Amino acid sequence: MAWFASTFGNMTARHSVPLGRNGGREPGMTFSNNTVSKHVQEIHIGIAEYSVTKAPHRLTTLGLGSCVGVCLFDRITTVAGLAHIMLPDSTSFKTAVKPAKFADLGVPLLVREMERLGAKASRMEAKLAGGAQMFIGNDKSSVLNIGQRNIDAVKESLRKFSIRITSEDVGGSVGRTITFDSGNGQLSIRSLGQGTKVI
Amino acid sequence: MTISSQELDVLQEIGNIGAGNAATALANLLQAKIDISVPRAQFMVLDETIRCVGGVEKPVVCVSLRVEGEVEATVLFIFPERDAFRLIDMLTGMEPGFTTGIDEMGRSVVMEIGNILTGSFLGAISEMTGMRLVPSVPYLAYDMLGAVLPTALAEFGYEDDQILMIQTTFSQSSSDQIDSQFILLPDVVSLKQLFINLGMVR
Repeated sequence: MAWFASTFGNMTARHSVPLGRNGGREPGMTFSNNTVSKHVQEIHIGIAEYSVTKAPHRLTTLGLGSCVGVCLFDRITTVAGLAHIMLPDSTSFKTAVKPAKFADLGVPLLVREMERLGAKASRMEAKLAGGAQMFIGNDKSSVLNIGQRNIDAVKESLRKFSIRITSEDVGGSVGRTITFDSGNGQLSIRSLGQGTKVI
Repeated sequence: MTISSQELDVLQEIGNIGAGNAATALANLLQAKIDISVPRAQFMVLDETIRCVGGVEKPVVCVSLRVEGEVEATVLFIFPERDAFRLIDMLTGMEPGFTTGIDEMGRSVVMEIGNILTGSFLGAISEMTGMRLVPSVPYLAYDMLGAVLPTALAEFGYEDDQILMIQTTFSQSSSDQIDSQFILLPDVVSLKQLFINLGMVR
């Protein structure tokens, strides 16, 4: 239930913004240049969780290793969604308590939740990050690579909705922390010992 | 299959004996005194474990081995980045502070430590239970804890939200402090025979 609670918590937080704009001042609201600067919230998404929001908020998830961060964006409505996918396929598991853990359940769930906020699947574009190969054995040939399987499964799932992937930063061998900005659909990616890049 | 609190106690004791054996091996290797914490056997969710070990973005070096045989399990041996560097310094006879990254040499050193510790940990359990436990070759990852830990679990097929972990801390403080987390993740279904071998009635 934790994923649900946190997602729901995020959704309620999101609603505080239109309220602030229509209903006057909220405590803690800041003003600059005579315009109301909106509270930009950074919504944190845990492993196997997801969240959806609208401009100007940001969605962020830390430490993607072999996990894949799926970011969907509808430019018209500025509805954005991010899912932290951990495994490719739920079908071999008896109990899928957290659907966002799996590529085959997480992507449809994300699309559905974004549609509830007014987005349309036909307008959505996707950005992907993660799917790294973190563990390497001694002779380099002995590798574990669930990351690639996650990438493939996410792409397959997006294909079913005909969602186009506009950019991706996947594979490799480094972990990634990502932030998805619903204001402009930009995805910034940070890795250990490397700078931040934006795709 | 569920695990009773009595069985958790037994796993904790097994962890204690295994960790004791592994600590002796590490002490011989480093020529230093090794302290171990009392192992804890418990079901934990991933986020909680990450918080416990040091946080999502903490840089760590992690050696992982798969245990096959009559009990199946995964071993994770996690060092904070700096502690791994110190360990490499100690084992390669370098001045403390010499190592500042993980090169091929460093990889081999840390993986070998993982090998030796896991071997002696499992040896003690084998002896006690009469069960055959075979470790795989080691794998190494060097990155954020939050990227490393879920990857290890995903690779080895831990799909449940609650995961059984037997966790202990090794530390040496005779020269420079080195701490490491040793985590054994038994595949719960494979534990049945172990409890039977120990004479427990299920």
